[in-house]
Amino acid sequence: MKNDTIVDFKNIFFYYGEEPVLENISFSIKRNDFIAIMGPNGGGKTTLLKIMLGLLKPYKGTVKVFDKEPAEGRKLIGYLPQNVFFDLSFPINVFDTVIMGRYRGPVKKYSEKDKKSALDALGTVGMLEYQKRHISMLSAGQLQRVLIARAITREPELLLLDEPMASVDPGTQESIYELFVELNKSMAVVFVTHDIGAISIYIDRVFCLNRKLFYHGPKEGSLGKLKEAYNCPVEILAHGIPHRVLERHKK
Amino acid sequence: MEIFQYEFLKNAIAATVLVNIACGIVGTYVVIKKIVFISGGISHAAFGGIGLGYLLGVNPIITAVPFSLFSALAVGLISKRSKLSEDAAIGIIWAVGMALGIIFINLTPGYAPDLFSYLFGNILTIPVSDLYIMLAMNLIIILIVALFFKEFNAMSFDEEFSTVVGIPNRVLYLVLLCMVALCVVILIRIVGIILVIALLTIPSSICRQFTYNIKKLIISSIVVGIILTLTGLWISYLLDLASGATIIIILAVVFLFSFFIKKAFILAKQLKNKKFV
Repeated sequence: MKNDTIVDFKNIFFYYGEEPVLENISFSIKRNDFIAIMGPNGGGKTTLLKIMLGLLKPYKGTVKVFDKEPAEGRKLIGYLPQNVFFDLSFPINVFDTVIMGRYRGPVKKYSEKDKKSALDALGTVGMLEYQKRHISMLSAGQLQRVLIARAITREPELLLLDEPMASVDPGTQESIYELFVELNKSMAVVFVTHDIGAISIYIDRVFCLNRKLFYHGPKEGSLGKLKEAYNCPVEILAHGIPHRVLERHKK
Repeated sequence: MEIFQYEFLKNAIAATVLVNIACGIVGTYVVIKKIVFISGGISHAAFGGIGLGYLLGVNPIITAVPFSLFSALAVGLISKRSKLSEDAAIGIIWAVGMALGIIFINLTPGYAPDLFSYLFGNILTIPVSDLYIMLAMNLIIILIVALFFKEFNAMSFDEEFSTVVGIPNRVLYLVLLCMVALCVVILIRIVGIILVIALLTIPSSICRQFTYNIKKLIISSIVVGIILTLTGLWISYLLDLASGATIIIILAVVFLFSFFIKKAFILAKQLKNKKFV
């Protein structure tokens, strides 16, 4: 494949008022990438995703998503928002939540194909039996799976996940990871997290974001072997702790 | 029963049905999208329109329509586009609308008849012409929600995600606020500006405890609203009290009851589950 860049950020700046949030961010995402964007709260991770989705416009710089403007290119993106903002008492069940992802335009009813696709997505995330359940009756991990199903039922080529591991217990985190690995076979997966422990061996590349972007490529001490060596989740990033495995950020 | 012999009671019953259809639909979105305070602001701002009606010497309900539509759009645009926080925008529109109303009435020569009925409502004095206005607004509201049901639900649940899938949230949100404005105008006659918010929120708040389906929530809110409004009307007749205020007290009492019933329900379920464990 020649041109397999699906997202391209060039010299992006973003400010909230006077406060710089993103400074000169450039990177690209390729087809079937599996990327983690890490950084502290307030480091600009969600802002970065929102720019990718065309929900926010950068102050300076150019963004291309599938070679188009983000608002156009986002049709091929499946999105999992940060679920801390959900109103769990909202009157909606699992199936109706997922089929929202099949929305294609006003007045059109959801077709049989849409319904089948929603059910398939629920099957993929292992939540099919809960389809009639109200969202308040799900655990945090189950809700996360439902929202992932909603994102993938669009049949996206890029899956953007905002803090998918937040409020999910470690055991469930592991199984959600396995799900991402499975999904990564057919689409690029990008997720953001502030939790260092959420980074696992499956990731191709790690972006560290705290206003500026630092990049850890795949060749840095093959991450997979680390896990084999220690036979446990390894602290692979060492921002400010003595045990350093990845290279230091170049200033 | 003798009270049903009167013409004005037939009008009152027709108004009750019409008002509760609008409230059941719009109130459901007001409650699930949590825009109760915005709706309160829009309803109070409508007083400016009432005052304008007095000043121009036309039916105040007619001038209240553009006035509350305007304040709905103003709240929606100010809060979404500018740095001003939403609740500050609401507070300003709320007070400015009422202030304009007072000034308009000041400027009106002579004295303002029925002013109280706009502030506190009087379902028993509704003229037939107002019923037609209500009917027209109901049809508009029903048509809009029927056409964009999916979109309204998606927007209310998750604005960000629905924007990403291509739902024009901004426009829909303004349309929703405009429907609130229409609803407010319909309600002014029944319960008055000050009490509008109750009929817009209480029936849906009662019903949402018992259903997780938006269609059922809308329909049950309409039915509950009609029953409770008529009950309130009847009790106000028996006790010779103001109809608007009585209706609201009835709504509030039933809400309180429904809350405890729901609690008892949950408790019973938990106890039952424990037995089997």
